[in-house]
Amino acid sequence: MNQFQGQSDSQDQQQGSNDTGADPSATLWRDYRAIANVADEMIGADGAIKPLWAPFLASLSTMSADDLQQRHARADRYLSDAGVFYRQYEAGQSTMRSWPLAHMPVLIDDAEWQALATGLSQRAALLERVVADIYGDNKLVAGGHLPASLIAGNPEWLRPLVGVKPRGGHFLHFLAFDIGRGPNGKWWVLGDRTQAPAGAGFALENRIATTRAYSGLAPQLHIRRLAGFFRQFREALLDLPGAADGRVAILSPGPHNDSYFEHAYIARYLGFPLLEGEDLTIRDGALMVRTVEGPRPISVLWRRLDANWADPLELNGQSQIGTPGLAGAIANGSATMVNALGSGILETRAFLAFMPRISELLDSQPLAIPNSATWWCGGAEERAYVAANAAQIGLSNAFSTSQFFETEGAIAPQDRAAMITAKGASLIGQEPLQLSTTPAFHNGQLVPRPMSLRVFLARTANGWEVMPGGYARIGRDVQIPDFTPELALQRGGAAADVWVVSDKPVPSESMFIPSQDKTLRLQPSVLPARVADNLFWLGRYIERAEAVVRLWRAHHVRLAEATAADEPLLARITAHLAGRGISAEAGIVAAIGPVVSGALTSAGHVRDRFSADGWLALDELDQTLAEIAANAQPGDETVHAMGELLRKINGFSGLVHENMYRFTGWRFLSIGRALERAGILIETLSDFADPAAPDGSLDLATETADSTITHRRRYASAPSRASVVDLLALDPLNPRALLYQLNEITTHLSFLPGGERHRQLPPLQRALLHLQSSVATSTPEALDTQALQHLLPKITGLSELIGEAYFV
Amino acid sequence: MSDQMEYDIKLHIGYRYGSPAAGGRHLLRMMPRDGPGQRIISAELTVSPQPDESRERVDFFGNKLLEIAYYQAQSQTDFILTSRIVRTELAEAPAPNEPLSQLHQEVQNICRVDRNAPHNFLYASPYVALTDETTAFGQQAIASASASATSTYGAIAAIGHHIFEQMQFDAQATTVDTPMIEAFTNRRGVCQDFSHIMISALRGAGIPAGYVSGFLRTEPPPGQPRLEGADAMHAWVRAWCGAAVGWVEYDPTNAIFAGVDHITVAHGRDYGDVAPVRGAMRLAGGQSSLMAVDVVPVI
Repeated sequence: MNQFQGQSDSQDQQQGSNDTGADPSATLWRDYRAIANVADEMIGADGAIKPLWAPFLASLSTMSADDLQQRHARADRYLSDAGVFYRQYEAGQSTMRSWPLAHMPVLIDDAEWQALATGLSQRAALLERVVADIYGDNKLVAGGHLPASLIAGNPEWLRPLVGVKPRGGHFLHFLAFDIGRGPNGKWWVLGDRTQAPAGAGFALENRIATTRAYSGLAPQLHIRRLAGFFRQFREALLDLPGAADGRVAILSPGPHNDSYFEHAYIARYLGFPLLEGEDLTIRDGALMVRTVEGPRPISVLWRRLDANWADPLELNGQSQIGTPGLAGAIANGSATMVNALGSGILETRAFLAFMPRISELLDSQPLAIPNSATWWCGGAEERAYVAANAAQIGLSNAFSTSQFFETEGAIAPQDRAAMITAKGASLIGQEPLQLSTTPAFHNGQLVPRPMSLRVFLARTANGWEVMPGGYARIGRDVQIPDFTPELALQRGGAAADVWVVSDKPVPSESMFIPSQDKTLRLQPSVLPARVADNLFWLGRYIERAEAVVRLWRAHHVRLAEATAADEPLLARITAHLAGRGISAEAGIVAAIGPVVSGALTSAGHVRDRFSADGWLALDELDQTLAEIAANAQPGDETVHAMGELLRKINGFSGLVHENMYRFTGWRFLSIGRALERAGILIETLSDFADPAAPDGSLDLATETADSTITHRRRYASAPSRASVVDLLALDPLNPRALLYQLNEITTHLSFLPGGERHRQLPPLQRALLHLQSSVATSTPEALDTQALQHLLPKITGLSELIGEAYFV
Repeated sequence: MSDQMEYDIKLHIGYRYGSPAAGGRHLLRMMPRDGPGQRIISAELTVSPQPDESRERVDFFGNKLLEIAYYQAQSQTDFILTSRIVRTELAEAPAPNEPLSQLHQEVQNICRVDRNAPHNFLYASPYVALTDETTAFGQQAIASASASATSTYGAIAAIGHHIFEQMQFDAQATTVDTPMIEAFTNRRGVCQDFSHIMISALRGAGIPAGYVSGFLRTEPPPGQPRLEGADAMHAWVRAWCGAAVGWVEYDPTNAIFAGVDHITVAHGRDYGDVAPVRGAMRLAGGQSSLMAVDVVPVI
């Protein structure tokens, strides 16, 4: 259930059940009225429904209330299965929220869209000239067209980048504009997003989910496709200098960012690796990726983090998510940043006050689409005007780069007069735009809600490309006058798909063009060390979880039918668990909760490498643990619950084993599992195959190693110490044997860098060969408890050597 | 006091790591600036162990910058500057009596954002918040000073002197990362804190103000007291008095305008722009650092 549902669709249900029998479609917009002096997307100036909307509304009217509800549920299920989320920050806490999709799309006429696209492309080109001047000659300042203080006092004016010409020749490559329609029907630019605008990936998800809801309608409605825009942007990135040879990546602030989902999603969609600051390093002034094969050059980074956080050495020293030396490497011309570090300065609200004049100056024409009326209070006349009209004008920090509907930086009415006088140069006044309304579902009916569009633009070889629709913000309610429309997702706003509707059939588009059109460019796989590290640990955590669950089950099987004779064995199990830092009394959640969340965290760091199914399987494991296992009574019920958990774990392992391409990352995941299993087998044998172990220990050892049946088949006798050690340590054909796992690791390493045969053995390979041969040449008799215990530190040693060889 | 001095300078900054730190990248701003009143005869910065990378640059504010990197873990690093410089008293500035009331307009008239443009030094910067407290403190200093404080030059001296009187020098009270406002509230700190407080008060009064890192001569001339801050790197303030007078430098730790005893290393908005060593070491285990300064007049 997403948030939007939680607020309104549950009421839908009520409404629906009260309304049995009536044709709901007639009531869907029967009461829909445009608000006085507010433009409406669906209702024209004449009060009638615009022809643009008629075909879609006609389709809606054929749907029953139940049908509509099922369709909306289908969209929500898609979003929840795809794991679409954003992070919400409240009172210092961050939580993951489902994507609040408003199920009603916004429809825009294609001809009107073309005019918007032209106007916004003009604005993008103008912004490029402005930012080039700000980091270059500063003629705009010299000519008095931009106040010097708005540059020099601006936290987004990054001095280490002053005078640096971007390697790719341009500062701006990917932009978003927030636009809204005013009461007179004209469009206004509300904000320029030039830093690292979010939402393009969410637009794709809006589209997919909305298409699910209204499946079957799209072909007749002539809705322009989104894929072509992404294809062209992808091509444009690959055309930047040095971008061939797979040197393009997406740079994310990491899983704690509010739109990390989108970063991982778009990385998968475009086929570019997703990197974080710690994946990058500088070598002799050149930007490199730390891979398992050592540093490899990278040429183009589509950054999704704010520039100030990109380099703790030269930019914000507090940043934990940046790359020391990055700004210097960029200044050195070693890579192209999309957008250039420092481009965020164009988001400064005060700039809106100067753009109209700058357009006249640089382009000799007015802005094709005006931006929000803005006054910088550093000028005496402007200050007087804002002071005189303070009631109708919103006041905020001149340097604010927050989005137009965000209240951060806004100044409360009672403080305004004094502020304007005292701190004019750091303030702006902005006339709020009364946004147009668009239909949204509420209580089973369509009601008008304020909306703004986010329009994405990408620089391509043919100039600026505009993404045709995809993303609108829908406000929670209508307020007049509307100083701060509640558009923010954080404040109950929603997102909607935007359909750019043509009057003729639209060409189908796809992300990748057939290879005969253009040579297929492959992305050579270089695995970042951090990704390898996380996959390795994911493997270890999953294996560890499985081992504990098996042991837990074996324990509870025995608890269920325990007699006095079983006491010593139960005590040994408890002691064995304690040896692994697990309390048998504290419950299964305490026992494997940290391991499962460790697995989820590791997987969360490499989400772009997983299919949605793989993620879902892990998520379900976590849920099963919380819902079923946590409440199970000791004994039978717990045994059953552990079976459930094991099936979830095996589900994930199966996906990994059956579906994951055998790329380098898969090898690290497998090495992690093998190494963990090897360690667990040693611990199991030390405690349960010891001559002093209580009765039933050998059965327990084979049971937890899932080898009971194999043992029966391989040995014509009841388990003895020798047969159990033979089967679980020395058998090269038993996947539950130490030697088998060491052989596996050897095989995997031979595919990794450093595994070449012609060189002297590196420390890791040497240590592994040593361990493997000593186990392979051992006998059940020689491998006594003491010998086993000597092996354990060697497993730990291997783990450390793997880290040194590949993850540093 | 003579109007020209020649110094031999040695600055040693070292780090000792309890357990070897993983490779790191540093920015060193230890080279003295060439400029009016200060001429570099020789300057050499030695870095040991030998770094894997080393690249010299000039930053936005015109400071010489050395970027170095180690790929391997180090257990200790030493950066040593040896330099000989000549320091001269600046020629007498034009009568520094431009009224503070005109300064705002003077700033507005400057349509530049280069390194010396006053606009760079008028707003909050990472280490210098503009607070009501420091602004009020500055206003109070100007109000209670003599009539000369109606000039920008006089206001600078009044604020600097007020800080000197109200603040207590206490090397134990703060660290490099103590927020300016905390040092101000406790009225204790070292030259860095004195300077940040003064910068905040000056900017609050509309006077562009920046940070200067550098040295004081280690031993005073015969018969004069040793100045505070001579045994480590020192910091003071430069402030803008309008286009005619330009920049003046004031040392609030000692309540004097900077003279031939002050040797400049770097200019910036605050400490963050001029820190002699800025760097990222992935630390494991304890770390200690040392700084030794010798500024000896050449007889």
